[in-house]
Amino acid sequence: MIQQRDARGGGGVKKFIAMHVKIIPSAATLVLFVIVYIIGGVLYGNVGFLTFRNFFSLFTDNTHLLISSVGMTLVIISGGIDLSVGAVAALSTMIIACGNAVEYGPERVGWGWPMLLCVALALAVGIILGFCMGILIQVFNVAPFIATLAGMFFARGLCFIMSIDSVPIRDPWFTALGRWRIQFHDLLSVNPNARVNITIGVFIFLVMLIISIILMHSTKIGRNIYAIGGNEQSARLMGLPVAGTRIFIYTFNGFCSALAGVAFALTMFSGYGRHLYGMELDVIASVVIGGALLSGGIGYPLGSLFGVMTQGVIRKFVNFGNLMSGYARITVGVLLFLFIVMQRIVIMIANKNKEA
Amino acid sequence: MKILKKIVSSSMFSPLLALFLILLFNLVIQPNFLSVEIRDGRLVGNLIAILNRSVPVMLLAIGMTLVIATGGTDLSVGSVLAVASAVSISLIRGGDVNPTADTAMPLIWVVLITMLVGIALGLWNGFLVAKIGMPPVVATLILMVAGRGLTQNITRERSLTTGHLPFGEIANGFTWGIPNQCWIALAVFLLFWYFSRRTAFGLFVESVGANRSAANHAGIRAAVIIVVVYALSGLCASIAGILSASNVRVIEPMNTGQNMELDAIVAVVLGGTSMRGGKFNLGGSCIGAIILMALTQTMYFYGVPVEFALSIKAVVIVIVVIVQSPVTHKFIRREASAQ
Repeated sequence: MIQQRDARGGGGVKKFIAMHVKIIPSAATLVLFVIVYIIGGVLYGNVGFLTFRNFFSLFTDNTHLLISSVGMTLVIISGGIDLSVGAVAALSTMIIACGNAVEYGPERVGWGWPMLLCVALALAVGIILGFCMGILIQVFNVAPFIATLAGMFFARGLCFIMSIDSVPIRDPWFTALGRWRIQFHDLLSVNPNARVNITIGVFIFLVMLIISIILMHSTKIGRNIYAIGGNEQSARLMGLPVAGTRIFIYTFNGFCSALAGVAFALTMFSGYGRHLYGMELDVIASVVIGGALLSGGIGYPLGSLFGVMTQGVIRKFVNFGNLMSGYARITVGVLLFLFIVMQRIVIMIANKNKEA
Repeated sequence: MKILKKIVSSSMFSPLLALFLILLFNLVIQPNFLSVEIRDGRLVGNLIAILNRSVPVMLLAIGMTLVIATGGTDLSVGSVLAVASAVSISLIRGGDVNPTADTAMPLIWVVLITMLVGIALGLWNGFLVAKIGMPPVVATLILMVAGRGLTQNITRERSLTTGHLPFGEIANGFTWGIPNQCWIALAVFLLFWYFSRRTAFGLFVESVGANRSAANHAGIRAAVIIVVVYALSGLCASIAGILSASNVRVIEPMNTGQNMELDAIVAVVLGGTSMRGGKFNLGGSCIGAIILMALTQTMYFYGVPVEFALSIKAVVIVIVVIVQSPVTHKFIRREASAQ
């Protein structure tokens, strides 16, 4: 009996990595999240880190990031980038606030429209802005960075044109919706009054997550997005509708940004041009930490969820440990760096195996 | 006719045209806009104010041009500017709790050390992009976020000021009637122009940006070029940081340098350098920085409320970018030949 063995003993691990290139980054994020959470539990377990409330607050406090990451995942998988998400979200909070208010500020008069119309208008504006940016990027060949940067300036500018100061939202239906919670007793806490709150924003996000998972894994559009991100030339030569898909991606992301703004308004109950400054970078960092490659072609909607949760957990460390907020930013920077390095190593191993 | 064709197809034409149109617009409506007069032996006036205030963005844009020419972007320049300001003011203050009129270290060392810090941060970026192969947006994003945190830690989250007046003279003084800042910007521009157009360096940068692997095969060490380019960008940002700190003698950890990277990128794009990499236009980037400041000053001058400023900026960017787009040129050529 001749037993044949693989001559390269170490080939087992490398082959495993090469076969599962696409899922390793996202899986690694999940592992990282669990590790960080355990560390947090060890350090701060006695001050409430290991409660259901703490865990679910990762969702409830970050609904806008979660919803926006759904759209941004599509953009990044297609190889593009969208810097306008924070601005469009702020714009939709502004449209909801100003559209609904009867009067605000010393001399501004609101439109006094019914809330449902305002929300619909906010979403429509997000869709239109996304569509315009998609046209600039696809038809006029403008670099996505510049086109979405212009979109960001434009949307912020519109916010400030509507009002420099913040505008409160007082509509009873809207505030009731924002205050609505599913509450249940926190089983992991010793406090008899501890409750876990789940707000409507979480459910909006779950719906969007399911839509994007179905979109990316079970429809033609999703396959086209992965194809464009992988190699646009090849996709075009294969006859895939590159133009239409790209315009769809940016339009969808515009919708997600506007929806994120609605979710944010449901927590803040105000419209303000200065809301969500820098949100685009948090979302991009979350999507990248979640396993999507910036060069495109690789990524999972679920991965971005883990990315947002990881960012959230790091911020919790700063809160629980009373560290200077400077440290939170540095830590996120370091984490982003380690993540990309890991992604590069995984890709390099995969490429070497392909050549061997 | 030939001369006209030569002028129109020159790389400086479109940014200069945009600037000319903005200045013309102002000249027609309010001739005061381009006022320049000599007072106490210095040139003052709106035109000088535009040039003077455009210097920080111009410096960032000069460094950014080379980075974009290699096909990358440097999002960290705003944060590096802030770090440089914090470092220079901290060095001047020494360990003093209160700002004094003295400096703990001779200014020459302050300037040199700050520039070294800028180069070091730029080398870090270059290492990430060239050796680790990170996409430049992410690599510089890391420093952008971390740099902001670093500034907060250096200044212990307070605004730092200094009373040392000679430091303020670096930016605020006048030499031969023109503000010092403008001379510094001119010097930096000339240095960069010389090294990129009179030596092979510029050619190497363009090749690396156009096609990195082809450049490697042709014998150019692309990794070295990329590292150098990011280091230069960090150097420019640190010079801008010194000037910014010198101008107002204060560093505010949350505000200094905030969003300046975006203005720098816009200036480079307005100047005609393509974001895809390859050919670059240093002079165009300087003009782009002046265009941005002229736009801002125009809006101040006419009392356009600050709210409109951002949207107008966006519209101008979109118009310029559409006009520069090759798709538009193809369209125009098709229309012209159809007739």
